[in-house]
Amino acid sequence: MSTSHLLVLQVVIPLVVAPLCILIRKQALVWYVVLAVSWGTLFSAYRLLMQVLGHGEIIYFLGGWAAPWGIEYRLDVLNAFVLMIVASIGAIVMTYAKCSIIKEIAEDRVYLFYTAYLLNLTGLYGVVVTGDVFNMFVFIEISSLSSYAMISLGRERQALMAAYRYLILGTIGATFFLIGIGFLYAMTGTLNIADLGVRIPDLENTRTVITALAFLTVGISLKFALFPLHGWLPNAYTYAPSVVSAFLASTTTKVFIYVLLRILFSIFGTTFVFDIITLDRIFLASALLAIFSGSITAIYQTNVKRMLAWSSIAQIGYMILGVSLVSVTGLLAGIIHLFNHAIIKAALFMCMGCIFYRFNTVQLSDLKGVGRYMPWTMAAFILAGLSLIGVPLTVGFISKWYLIMAAIERDWWWLAFAIVAGSLLAVVYIWRVVEVTCFQSVTTKDHPEANQPHMKEAPLSMLIPLWILVIANIYFGINTELTVDVARQSAEWLFGIK
Amino acid sequence: MDYILGQYNYWAVIVLMMIGFYIVIAHGNLVKKLIGLNIFQVSVFILFISLGYLKGGTAPIYSEAYTAYASPLPHVLILTAIVVGIATTALGLALVVRIHKSYGSIEEDQIHKMDQDS
Repeated sequence: MSTSHLLVLQVVIPLVVAPLCILIRKQALVWYVVLAVSWGTLFSAYRLLMQVLGHGEIIYFLGGWAAPWGIEYRLDVLNAFVLMIVASIGAIVMTYAKCSIIKEIAEDRVYLFYTAYLLNLTGLYGVVVTGDVFNMFVFIEISSLSSYAMISLGRERQALMAAYRYLILGTIGATFFLIGIGFLYAMTGTLNIADLGVRIPDLENTRTVITALAFLTVGISLKFALFPLHGWLPNAYTYAPSVVSAFLASTTTKVFIYVLLRILFSIFGTTFVFDIITLDRIFLASALLAIFSGSITAIYQTNVKRMLAWSSIAQIGYMILGVSLVSVTGLLAGIIHLFNHAIIKAALFMCMGCIFYRFNTVQLSDLKGVGRYMPWTMAAFILAGLSLIGVPLTVGFISKWYLIMAAIERDWWWLAFAIVAGSLLAVVYIWRVVEVTCFQSVTTKDHPEANQPHMKEAPLSMLIPLWILVIANIYFGINTELTVDVARQSAEWLFGIK
Repeated sequence: MDYILGQYNYWAVIVLMMIGFYIVIAHGNLVKKLIGLNIFQVSVFILFISLGYLKGGTAPIYSEAYTAYASPLPHVLILTAIVVGIATTALGLALVVRIHKSYGSIEEDQIHKMDQDS
């Protein structure tokens, strides 16, 4: 089988298997099926990435209709890398999910979770591989609709309101995106991204194209929760089941940032976006606001999952900061942080899932001395936390390093200091959790049932995937060859250097 | 005058869009919010469909008798977008049903108050 068919199978297989999950229904069996799909697509994503790195772009015409008339799937270094991020997080989270899901989702709804999970995976894969903007819109909505459903599966009733709120804001974002597509189509008569990239530069000073850029940027920024548009995120990540928080925090936002890069670089082009419209200034301002307001709010949270959600808003700020620096190094930092933050945040949310599995709570005040019962989970939390802060020998350091380099390249020393200050804020909120869980002693008053048999380490089926991510955090922090190389190639390609 | 009347489709789109958007933002009732969201989406559908229209144009039938063709593509796109819109509304209403079951209310301020108290 030739590799180009893998490109379409990547999307079709999860889509076809999703309804099968409803027919199978049996919890244990469904898990095996979904697990097989997740690892299978990870394998094919890896093959595709290697193929792209070795032989260049892969193009697939759906139904044999050549672009720009038909829909094409097009894979270059950037989206092969994002595809790999989504597929690997998808596979690892699914391995982890089995026990956690039984604990956190009502038993008669478990199979529905797996169905929604596969549909979400379909949507994300589709957004990443497609080379057609309208197709992209449809896949964005497939992934968003299934994530609303997954969030609403949370045990507390607040989960329902969180999902509803996300649905309203997400749909507004998607409709803005659709308006933007409409304007682009009105001006060019094409929906193909590569074709748009050729035609738009001639039409750039028309008001319609400028409006299209505004609608597309605001719409997609709502989806990945860029600072003033982040209102839906904290509740959604707090009340969703831990598995869902881990998956969404590390994949959806990354994929939508990828969509932003596609729109800005592949359709409109750097001169228009950054030199004429100067969108980079808006991004710089909202990225800095995101970093500081997100980190400072995170410090004051009493619920650890909500704290991690606010930290996600800050981390999205770092990625957009990379874009706003308008240089290959800056964009490289942004792209590499997509991967790095995905493995950091997934690991942190998975730790919270382990703790919830044993202790039924993630309120910080109830977690005193948890580290004594769950040394492996808390060790993973500390390592992933160090990575989030950006300590050397972890992946977080790599992102911060390139961001600071890019800031210095532009002689913006104040920005380099701001990045370091942001990291120091991360030290504060991570340390709060570490202090309470590892250094405060358990008193019988806090835990009336202290030393009960259920208070022990999480099951191995949860710990092993968690530790795979933690080891990846350290491995890719030491051996940066693959990730930095791919990110550099993507950044250079987006700037049109290669 | 011609500027206003000649582009009446766009004016209709803008008016509908603003009505829909206003309802989503201003109303506290969860069902009304979804209705507003629908009006908002419909305005975009009309924008797309009217883009494809050409005065005196026909469907693209290859024949000597016709010279001007209207683009059918926006209609096809909007068929897909309508399906997406229906799925969104259905999911939204399903969520509202479950919110009503667990809170006993679909007014945003009351729900917010209940969450604050608990």
